[in-house]
Amino acid sequence: MRRRTLITTALTSSVLALSACGGAGESYSPDPDALQIYSSQHDNLTQAWAEGFEEQSGIATQIRPGEDASMGHMIVEEGAESPADVFLTENSPAMTLVEQNDLLAPVDDSTLELVPKDRRPSSGNWTSVAARSTVLVYNPDEIAESELPESLMDLQKPEYQGMWGAGATQADFQAIVAGMLADQGEEKTAAWLEGLQENAEIYKHNVATMNAVNAGEVPMGVIYHYYWYRDQAETQEGSGNTKLHYFRNGDPGAFVSLSAAGVLKNAEHPKKAQEFLAYILSDEGQKVLETSGSKEYSVAKGATSDPDLPTLESLEAPAIDPVDLDSEKVTQMMTDAGIL
Amino acid sequence: MPASSKQLVTAAAILVAAVTLLPIAVVAADGMAASPRAVLDYLLRPHIGELLGNTVVLVLVTVPACLVLGVGAAWLVERTDLAFAGVWRVALGAPLAVPAFVASYAWISIWPGLDGLGGAALVTTAAYFPFVYLPVAAILRDLDASPVEDARALGATPFAAWWRTVLPRLRPAASGGALLVALHLLAEFGVLEMMRYQTFTTAILVQYEVSFNSHRGSLLALVLTLLCLTVLTFEHLLRGTARTSRVGRGVHRRADPVRLGRWSPIATTALGLVVVIALVVPVTTVGRWLLAHLTTPDTDAFPRPSLLLTTGSSVSLALAAAALATAMAFPGAWLLSRRRTGWTMLLERATYVASSLPGAVIGLAMITLTVSYLPGIYQSPFILVLGYTILFIPRAMISLRAGLAAAPPELGEAARSLGTGPVGAFRRVVLPLMLPSVLTGAALVAIAAATELTATLLLAPTGTSTLATAFWAASDEFDYVGAAPYAAMMILLSAPLTVLMLRQSGIEQ
Repeated sequence: MRRRTLITTALTSSVLALSACGGAGESYSPDPDALQIYSSQHDNLTQAWAEGFEEQSGIATQIRPGEDASMGHMIVEEGAESPADVFLTENSPAMTLVEQNDLLAPVDDSTLELVPKDRRPSSGNWTSVAARSTVLVYNPDEIAESELPESLMDLQKPEYQGMWGAGATQADFQAIVAGMLADQGEEKTAAWLEGLQENAEIYKHNVATMNAVNAGEVPMGVIYHYYWYRDQAETQEGSGNTKLHYFRNGDPGAFVSLSAAGVLKNAEHPKKAQEFLAYILSDEGQKVLETSGSKEYSVAKGATSDPDLPTLESLEAPAIDPVDLDSEKVTQMMTDAGIL
Repeated sequence: MPASSKQLVTAAAILVAAVTLLPIAVVAADGMAASPRAVLDYLLRPHIGELLGNTVVLVLVTVPACLVLGVGAAWLVERTDLAFAGVWRVALGAPLAVPAFVASYAWISIWPGLDGLGGAALVTTAAYFPFVYLPVAAILRDLDASPVEDARALGATPFAAWWRTVLPRLRPAASGGALLVALHLLAEFGVLEMMRYQTFTTAILVQYEVSFNSHRGSLLALVLTLLCLTVLTFEHLLRGTARTSRVGRGVHRRADPVRLGRWSPIATTALGLVVVIALVVPVTTVGRWLLAHLTTPDTDAFPRPSLLLTTGSSVSLALAAAALATAMAFPGAWLLSRRRTGWTMLLERATYVASSLPGAVIGLAMITLTVSYLPGIYQSPFILVLGYTILFIPRAMISLRAGLAAAPPELGEAARSLGTGPVGAFRRVVLPLMLPSVLTGAALVAIAAATELTATLLLAPTGTSTLATAFWAASDEFDYVGAAPYAAMMILLSAPLTVLMLRQSGIEQ
């Protein structure tokens, strides 16, 4: 028995030694010289940007992944002590939260000028770097095109009970509701959330919602466009049986959410951080969105998006100033409605 | 033990209890910061009732299921003439090497419609029943036959003899196992998230996602703490006070195995089913995805962190946590084994409470603490290891307690009376007897730490990714192929530790 114990211990430690060797070339502790990027953007996109930036500028980067809302609150909690230099988000409300706590430095004017005015906040404390559109994904075997709702607001009607799904606990979805709140007001949004609580199946996130629609578990789902386009371009495992419906006409269902980037006021590396933002919005940085298969929209002036997508202009999104997106109010309203 | 060193041990035990309670104090202070009115408004909502119902139902289904499976399997393997008992013995403990959220990923990938209570109960039962099976099997394997025979000789029926002599001796092991299962269920996140089954823990994680350090999340965590205290009280009543250590083995005789006869095929089929559900399905599914990963050319649109690097971080963090947890569990376990008073039991129990909370709650509390008071160790590996320790110290505690029970105080005293010093007596008598349990406890902590998810997500130093977080990131996007290598590595790493534990639980009694 004792001999076997020894063998087991030896085995375990050799695994340890092996992995220690393998890890020697790469670092996994915080690097004080590296640009610290707090990112709730998708890993693949953040990585692609960070690698492109490292290559071009020679500046090392380190990424801390997280989720929009929690990461925004985390930065607020860390306050002036935050190790973050740059904050990247999927949706803008998390960035607005950090801005409201006076933790952002103004973005360099030269960088801001790369983005059209209607795709960034008037404050100039952050900028959009990418965009995604709200869509209705549906399964034609489960619901006919003629039966689809005309507006996102219609989904609260009794005839859509059990007919749609959404990743309601996620920041992605909450940004859509924040858009609705800014566009339609509190009363209508509260009523719609009641309808959501009655009618909708709650899934974990966009991908789970899309998969459920694809599998026929639920006929329709409210998601962002690029999950569908990505799956279509790859295996179609999660979207092969589905189609997209765009609401357009300035409907709350045509809401376009901006992914944001900002530089922290108390950044250790403010200059490097500004350079990173400038890189993301440069032709090369925006090209990553077009060619990497991320299927998110480019936002810089003159940048083109993946040719699979309908153009950003053709989506007829409601005109909403991103500073009006109130994620705190939305979570309160969703809590009141019994969804959170 | 001399008075001064006893005081030292007591002081250490109090310190350990205080450290483990610290995060709960932070959570309580945060939850109570809101006005009583707001607290009541939030807690007295239908949604909270739903969560409470879901959580309680899951515990009430899974814990008895684990008890029946664990005790039943242990009895079949250890006390009957079941064929290939040695194979079953290992196969029934081996599911411990498959992290529960990896098992649920396997199940959901072959059966996408499996969700809700059914899926959650199936996966958690299959993953957790070894917590009952292992300690009960260890007791049954070595149980002295004579009390049963005495009872029979005094006129008891076979069942009554078993009920009155065997069952009381199983109670501490079975109830200890059931306690671990219940605490794990209260804190489980990965499985329930994949199975779309909402409990307090998943709801806390939602609150954390929408607002990081919210009062609401803290309030939910407080309710969860109350549930944990209820479970602890319950287990205390179930455990009873039977002493399991014997001084001198005397005329110890193993009982004759029970003949299964025509029940044999049924027993074999039932155990086979358990092994298929708990082990074969998860492992073959992970293997299948892994094969797909290895055979598809590198068209990966998602750059994943390197497998070796994540393995390295996971292993080193897990070993550090195992060492720290064992060291920290020692004073409390020692006091309890030598002096079983209300006070020492309270010290021991205090260390259990934090473990029923989801890793995210402990993680958040530690972030709050370090950001405000210890910025120097904020986002350092130490704080992550301490977080693991707080979460998993009961595993070390329960094992150490069993080990110390195997080394009754009389033996140490005998060594002392023969002229050995206190250190010598400990080193030469107590330590060899309890070493297997120490290793078992350390292995249990290491396995848990290597596969912990939510605390790791929060506390890991920037740039550190572990097997669990890398796996979760991939499986979260339904990228089964991308997640497979991390899943396989977690199973591979847990395997030697599980083997070690299986061996030790055989020696221990």
